[in-house]
Amino acid sequence: MPNPHGGKLVNRVLKGQERIAAIENAEDLEKIEVTDAIASDIENLAKGVFSPLEGFMNSEELESVLHLMRLPSDLAWTIPILINAPKSKTAQLSNGDKLALYFKGELLAQMHLEEAYDFDNDELAKHTFGTLDSTHPGVAMVKKLEGIFLGGKVDLINEPKETFDQYKLEPLETRVLFEEKGWKTVVGFQTRNPPHLGHEYVQKTALAFVDGVFINPVIGKKKRGDFKDNVILEAYNALMKSYYLKESVVMSILPFEMRYAGPREAIFHAIVRKNFGCTHFIIGRDHAGVGNFYGPYDAQKIFSDFPDLGISPLFFKSFFFCKRCNAVTNEKACPHNEREHVNFSGTKIRKMLSEGEVPPKELMRPEVAEVIFSHPNPFV
Amino acid sequence: MPKKDEKKKFTTVSIPSPLFKKVEERIKGTGFTSVSSYVAYVLREIIAEEEEEEEPFSEEDKERVKERLRALGYID
Ligand SMILES: [Zn+2]
Repeated sequence: MPNPHGGKLVNRVLKGQERIAAIENAEDLEKIEVTDAIASDIENLAKGVFSPLEGFMNSEELESVLHLMRLPSDLAWTIPILINAPKSKTAQLSNGDKLALYFKGELLAQMHLEEAYDFDNDELAKHTFGTLDSTHPGVAMVKKLEGIFLGGKVDLINEPKETFDQYKLEPLETRVLFEEKGWKTVVGFQTRNPPHLGHEYVQKTALAFVDGVFINPVIGKKKRGDFKDNVILEAYNALMKSYYLKESVVMSILPFEMRYAGPREAIFHAIVRKNFGCTHFIIGRDHAGVGNFYGPYDAQKIFSDFPDLGISPLFFKSFFFCKRCNAVTNEKACPHNEREHVNFSGTKIRKMLSEGEVPPKELMRPEVAEVIFSHPNPFV
Repeated sequence: MPKKDEKKKFTTVSIPSPLFKKVEERIKGTGFTSVSSYVAYVLREIIAEEEEEEEPFSEEDKERVKERLRALGYID
């Protein structure tokens, strides 16, 4: 099993007396209400999903990540992890003070303020996403950020209440689980869609080289038209039940708001799965991309800048169904004309489903389609 | 906040000139744009390989975790 990124799993979940004291102290602290996205980040920071980060980035870390794609320690890190707050909230605070972070009115965490700093939103967007185009959802999100950024460690006090707790494992848990299953090598699979046959073939092809596959859907706010979280989970359950060996697959969720930062986010996704204990990570076409902002294989090329990542990417070209081969295959294996190919276009499948049309079984398992159709509105 | 040219924190190291020339030849036609970026790449690769394996969890953690995994049906 690979070491966690930076060598050690972070654990900043308060327990016992420490937690009780923190709850009492929170009354006297400046209160900040956080968004869904930041609440997920806090949970991930505290549970070691973002190891070695222990809190939100200070300006030195942010500069380093934006310009070098590395933390000041030279460790690979590509996505800014930030919290912002209204300036009025922090005017009275000094570095070293604690803040109470609330989510939906409930106490979530405390933060040890290290630094409050201004940052240019455009600069942040330009480096993270490679564009300033507001039609990019990540850019639009960053442009809306107001107030001041806060750097400092966080301690989780109360678990955020979520619907999918039974599917939520932290890195310590997945690491024990992989060990219990006897897996020496594990490939991580990132997803935000119910599986079509192309996904299944990618996973099963990877499975030829490793002991287990770790399906890790991202749960959280999505774009309009994306599938709802419960639909994705139920669809995968149906697929695994009928088409996977129990010994070789595990699924748990990752609460996280997609940034759609393409190549940078691909590296970040790999780091997160390394923390969960994966040795390998699948990168397909346009990983974590959106629209036409990134080249189809940019998210694969970027890995050559990170020989020290500590998790091996597995690169895949797109799979398709070939009528001549009468099989799901890919461009390395099938010699036939493109006219014979049926592509697994997510957009096409979504359109079929939203029009009540059952996708052909060459594209999607009937059990998966059935789950999707059991929901009157499977889309966000 | 650091000045623009200080943002990228770099320093110089010395290597023998013949080695420099050899590396320069070696990286022609590869994705590497400079000897410096190649040297940084190689060093990072070597240092990452040398990192020691560390057991990230104790037996006590393990038993507690296994209990939850069992309750959730992840293990029997
Ligand atoms: Zn063919």
